[in-house]
Amino acid sequence: MRYAAQRLLQAVPVFVATTFLIYAMVWALPGDPILALAGDKPLPESVVRTLRAHYHLDEPLIVQYGLYMAGVFLRGDLGETFTGQPVAELLQDRWGVTAQLALTAWVFELVVGVGLGVLAGLRRGRLADTLVLAGTTFVIAVPVFVVGYTAQIVLGLNLGLFPTAGTDEGWPVSYLLPGMVLGSFGLAYVARLTRTSVVENLRADYVRTATAKGLRRSRVVGRHTLRNSLIPVVTYLGVDFGNLMAGAVVTEGIFNLPGIGQQVFQSIQLQEGPVVVGVTTLLVMIFIVANLLVDLLYGVLDPRIRRG
Amino acid sequence: MTVVSNARGAAVLLAAALALSACGGSGGSGGSGGGDQGPKRFSVALTEPDHLTPGNTSSSYSITVLQAVFDTLVVIGPDGSPQMRAAESVTSQDQKTWTIKIKPGQKFHNGEEVTAQSFADAWNAAAYGPNAWTNNYYFANVEGYDKLNPEAEGATPGTDKLSGLKVVDPATLEVTLTAPFSQFPITLAYTGFAPMPKAAFTDLKAYDQKPIGNGPFALDGEWQHNRQIALKRFDGYAGPRPAKADGVLFRIYASRDTAYTDLRAGKVDLLQTIPPASAPEAKRLLGDRFVPTASGTMDYLGFPVFDKRFQSADLRKAVSMAIDRQAIVDAVFNGAFKPMGSLVAPLVPGYREGACGEACTYDPAKAKALYDKSGGFSGTLNLYFSNADPSYEQWMTAVANQLKQNLGIADIRFRKIPASDYLSTLREKKEDGPYRNNWVMDYPSPQNYLESMWGAGNRMGWENKEFTDLIAQANAAPSMEASIPLYQRAEDVALAEMPMIPLWNWQDQAGYSSNVTGVRIDAYSPNLDTISVK
Repeated sequence: MRYAAQRLLQAVPVFVATTFLIYAMVWALPGDPILALAGDKPLPESVVRTLRAHYHLDEPLIVQYGLYMAGVFLRGDLGETFTGQPVAELLQDRWGVTAQLALTAWVFELVVGVGLGVLAGLRRGRLADTLVLAGTTFVIAVPVFVVGYTAQIVLGLNLGLFPTAGTDEGWPVSYLLPGMVLGSFGLAYVARLTRTSVVENLRADYVRTATAKGLRRSRVVGRHTLRNSLIPVVTYLGVDFGNLMAGAVVTEGIFNLPGIGQQVFQSIQLQEGPVVVGVTTLLVMIFIVANLLVDLLYGVLDPRIRRG
Repeated sequence: MTVVSNARGAAVLLAAALALSACGGSGGSGGSGGGDQGPKRFSVALTEPDHLTPGNTSSSYSITVLQAVFDTLVVIGPDGSPQMRAAESVTSQDQKTWTIKIKPGQKFHNGEEVTAQSFADAWNAAAYGPNAWTNNYYFANVEGYDKLNPEAEGATPGTDKLSGLKVVDPATLEVTLTAPFSQFPITLAYTGFAPMPKAAFTDLKAYDQKPIGNGPFALDGEWQHNRQIALKRFDGYAGPRPAKADGVLFRIYASRDTAYTDLRAGKVDLLQTIPPASAPEAKRLLGDRFVPTASGTMDYLGFPVFDKRFQSADLRKAVSMAIDRQAIVDAVFNGAFKPMGSLVAPLVPGYREGACGEACTYDPAKAKALYDKSGGFSGTLNLYFSNADPSYEQWMTAVANQLKQNLGIADIRFRKIPASDYLSTLREKKEDGPYRNNWVMDYPSPQNYLESMWGAGNRMGWENKEFTDLIAQANAAPSMEASIPLYQRAEDVALAEMPMIPLWNWQDQAGYSSNVTGVRIDAYSPNLDTISVK
């Protein structure tokens, strides 16, 4: 318990530093976000001035950041986009989409990745192992947008197995294909990690002992080998949940899922500081919580790590 | 002990999973609603608009929606001439004071009468500086604009009404401009001049999410950001173009490629802009349902005339003659765009195909001779463009190769600028070489091209009294017809000096599903009212 509280306290300086860094980076982007709003058309000085003042863009960086933070903590106001939409409303709208997508991808990584890894590990050197190794190498080598567009055209459009894009069908149907695409890279990694770990542990003394004791193979594998093999995999999966949320930009674009990845991409282009900071802070919090969960899970999997 | 902790581990995961899917549930269900049963409505692919208040958006995506929701005073006919829609007539004796008669019996979606006051209210709001609406500038030539947009920093305007707008009676609006402007009627076709009901001004924020218009379609619920905008037929519509379908569902896409895939999958019925790379395939798959549409959009190559290395008109013309426009159009745009020898697009009244003549015709030998005569160019030639689209770099590379081969300019470099910074670079005149200049037409008048890009304070730093005088004369001409020859003479001046080279005219490529009929897309509107669902 104290351990968990400590970890949460550590998050405070991380939070402050991240938000400031992100704010400063958006601020440092070249170009003038207000002038860019009108595109090629002229924007009168009076309009430009009003907009600058409204978004505090006429203030120095530190004042802008201060005003933003004051808004967040004193009024619970996360700011607004250049089109006047409150950032809080926007995050509320979009966060669910990304969370559902990341979760789908994550479950896919977990189930299929660990499954393939165990299969390959137990049948080391045989056909199944070779296939898994070759397949995962292939997936790691191909960029995600190639996988994405190909899957969309072949599985979605030509074969009609999945919806091509959008969230009309809701969870899980609309999220299956994008989830598999997003999770494909992590899946390959998880499968290889699990395989290596299983192979190593199968040679460990305690497994030989367990076998020598005459335990059934299923028990030796399920109880002793797997449990120990999963520790590095859990670490990876924990951290990867954050990665999946952050890495959804491309997948959300291809499958037209209105999540936070799409939003942050657009907002960086428009230089909407409050949106970028809001989204990124949320992601940082998810990373912190995911890491915390991983550390707690360690204790469950490995009693040696659990503290007194 | 271990059994318990295992179960606990699973419970943590399960709880996390449930929490996630629960909070996402509301988001997911919000996206649906495009069912095929019940009312006959069709879907249109769209990119997320910025605003839906007519005075506060110049985005083409917003305009697509607004054209279905609002009836403007005037619309542009297929031949580019103004036709009356909400107006009965737009007339003037001196091209400076205009009388607009409004058709009686028109209603807003909330039942409110459309009167001269509805237009005056909308225009005053757009012109009022502190509102900071995008279309503010379109009212700069109405008398009293200065008072609503004081120059001095921190000054608040003393009034929020344009003195140049006078509501004579509910059916008559009198507009006084600061100078004669013969093109005024055609500018009224722009959605920035649409009327707004009284109800809008009680809560402008809410209005932006669910605008109330006077067109054949009304909003069906609020704008669902990044997902959809639903419209339903307005049964109280008394205008000239009642809607055929029961409703329209705008599906919002972040990527045009995905929208195109959905068109192929039958999930969206109309896509106005098929990605150029997919055009050949779309043509094959869609057959008659592939619709190329002329567009007013043009690409130019501008020169920083303020830089003394580019002050020779002969040098600028030599560059123009060294560029093989057709070859680039074929290679980069699948031959869909049209090489241009005119400063205005073909659909603009007054367009002359060969206005530019020899100076825009590819002729490497003559180009080289002219280049040598001009004294040539020494040093590094920097070519400027933004990173907004990969095709910019492709055609700039082709231009660079042609200039190398045909003129012998050895040292050419690319200056690829981030999209957000590109326009500020040009505005602050920080470029030191030819740059990509793009123009999206506001209304089909040569004035929209010539005065906006070559007029006072232009990007090139080009100044020519003859040109500005001719534009002023054309603006003051007694009619649109009478103005055309004057604009053409101004165009000739700009072409003779060539501070900016015309390159090509864009073409949009739309496609629709077999689910709909009556699709009549033109350069000015997708005409959603004419579409019916099978």
